[in-house]
Amino acid sequence: MTRLPSTFAACRVQKRAALVCFITAGDGDTAANLDALVAGGADVIELGMPFTDPMADGPAIQQANIRSLAAGTTTADIFALAAGFRARHAQTPLVLMGYANPMTTRGPEWFADACQKAGVDGVICVDIPPEEDDALGPALRAAGVSLIRLATPTSDATRLPAILEGSSGFVYYVSVAGITGKQQAQTAAIADAVARLKAATALPVAVGFGVRTPAQAAAIALHADGVVVGSALVELVAEHGAGAPAALREATAALCAAVHSARKVTV
Amino acid sequence: MSDTPATANSYRNQPDERGHFGQFGGRYVAETLMPLVLELEAEYRRAKADPAFTAEFDDLLEHYVGRPSPLYFAPRLTEELRKSAPAGRGAQVWFKRDELNHTGAHKINNCVGQILLAMRMGKTRIIAETGAGQHGVATATVCARFGLPCVIFMGATDVARQAPNVFRMKLLGAEVVPVTSGAATLKDAMNEALRDWVANVHDTFYIIGTAAGPHPYPELVRDFQSVIGREARAQMLSRIGRLPDVLVAAIGGGSNAIGLFHPFLDDPSVKMLGVEAAGHGLDKAHAASLAGGRPGILHGNKTFLLQDADGQITEAHSISAGLDYPGIGPEHAWLKEIGRVDYTSVTDVEALAGFELLCRLEGIIPALEPAHAIAAVAKLAPTMDKDQIILANLCGRGDKDIFTVADALGVEI
Repeated sequence: MTRLPSTFAACRVQKRAALVCFITAGDGDTAANLDALVAGGADVIELGMPFTDPMADGPAIQQANIRSLAAGTTTADIFALAAGFRARHAQTPLVLMGYANPMTTRGPEWFADACQKAGVDGVICVDIPPEEDDALGPALRAAGVSLIRLATPTSDATRLPAILEGSSGFVYYVSVAGITGKQQAQTAAIADAVARLKAATALPVAVGFGVRTPAQAAAIALHADGVVVGSALVELVAEHGAGAPAALREATAALCAAVHSARKVTV
Repeated sequence: MSDTPATANSYRNQPDERGHFGQFGGRYVAETLMPLVLELEAEYRRAKADPAFTAEFDDLLEHYVGRPSPLYFAPRLTEELRKSAPAGRGAQVWFKRDELNHTGAHKINNCVGQILLAMRMGKTRIIAETGAGQHGVATATVCARFGLPCVIFMGATDVARQAPNVFRMKLLGAEVVPVTSGAATLKDAMNEALRDWVANVHDTFYIIGTAAGPHPYPELVRDFQSVIGREARAQMLSRIGRLPDVLVAAIGGGSNAIGLFHPFLDDPSVKMLGVEAAGHGLDKAHAASLAGGRPGILHGNKTFLLQDADGQITEAHSISAGLDYPGIGPEHAWLKEIGRVDYTSVTDVEALAGFELLCRLEGIIPALEPAHAIAAVAKLAPTMDKDQIILANLCGRGDKDIFTVADALGVEI
């Protein structure tokens, strides 16, 4: 699949970062919410697969997982949402993000095949590090689905080659050692980390965890190829219920404007 | 921590260098934790090879924990179980008395080992999860002993049903954080401990309480708990000149069971029985992940898990808070798969009967966890010959459980 590389390439031509937006599948009217993210200007969609035990997530996404599962969301529902999204949006890359057990429980080949059929471009699995790549990586690569690995402030130079080996699509830099949500890393530290990663790979580098406001997104967009916003959008879904699409569209548009103009207002 | 060397075909060579026990185990953690998990493994290898580490561990177990724990022949329980047995049947029942340890359970063995590792690594803050509170108390104890700050994550449900242990932890200087996510029990406490750890990797050591989690935890917890089996093996040989015929131990995560079993794994004459918690029954709410689960990935390792078709983890139930967990240590999953150890399960009702049996016949109030082992012994002994020997692990005492038991028996204290 070529949607991820072509999207990041197009952003590069426009001399801007890509805006990557995350919401949890099955939390509210997900189809309408996804459409709102695209309408607001999201370049890449991350769709969270709910899990009973989201141990890398802070309260906002934990609650979204609980709401989604309480509403009866199944893996089949998530792939139906993905396929529906793909039918409506031929070009926007769609990435599934979640935990190992729901992704591997029917076997990695089953999951990779379902991703491929639903038009999913990439997969981020929080709890499969490079050391356990066999659990999912080979099946995704065989199906042509990108495995997007996480790099963190604790990923030192000795680990980076292993993280990058077998990765494709982009590298997701987790800007803080911690869970998803409210903490924010220093922009200078992020700039250094992004530079370190870009020296080691030709893949685009997107930065997430703790990015909430247009100003924060703009600061990161100066350095990174992509900016990921998650918990702040998930909170809007919780807060606005049926009105979530309008709220998401407005918030995404503000983030989009900030990301698009970031490198223009800088000398 | 001396061990007889394992041979090439040994059952004691696990895990492999990647932390896998056959298809189980491994290191399924977030990238943020990987460097720390690798560092822990490297430090554990160095500690294991360091006579000073072993000497300090052994010294603390002897003079602080009170080891070796006694090996006890239970005469009245043996006679009682013979009453229902055919002529010539009714095995001798022996107990390894780990409930006599300081803090009242086997958990302290592992905590002593892990806090020594934490200090070797220069960590200055300790976190732990707890279900029944025994591991929390043991962790708070070693933290007090060595002067390290300690945060214990405990499901809010367990905080309510294990109030005496919560107070013990606080007396020992620990901060107890009630966890309200999910069913607010052990699994959720472990999620929250992992969330804390990932945000505080620079200074924090996570003392995991059972032989589960990412490699090297299942291995190092097993090694620290294997003192139980090593002592029992030597005590049996010294007391009666032979090994037991069957070992029996209760299993939640499985640390007391693997601690008893592991030193005997290469003794072909010794059978082993792990006892899971069948709760209300295997067709209802229970905590028997081997009997009612299938392989999956949770909390850093691949093992048998209670889960639905989509891989969502289902809530466990047991009258014993210490067994109330939807997974099991990966070495048990492997031992089941290769057939070296048999596993069975015991319901809440059967465990309560085992609890009362031991109280009345031997003057020992067991914890509800080993009460499951006692219930399994009560079924097994009458099927064995009189000269055969069952050795069960009495891994904890029941002081903490008297309120739960009173409630189950309909008694108001």
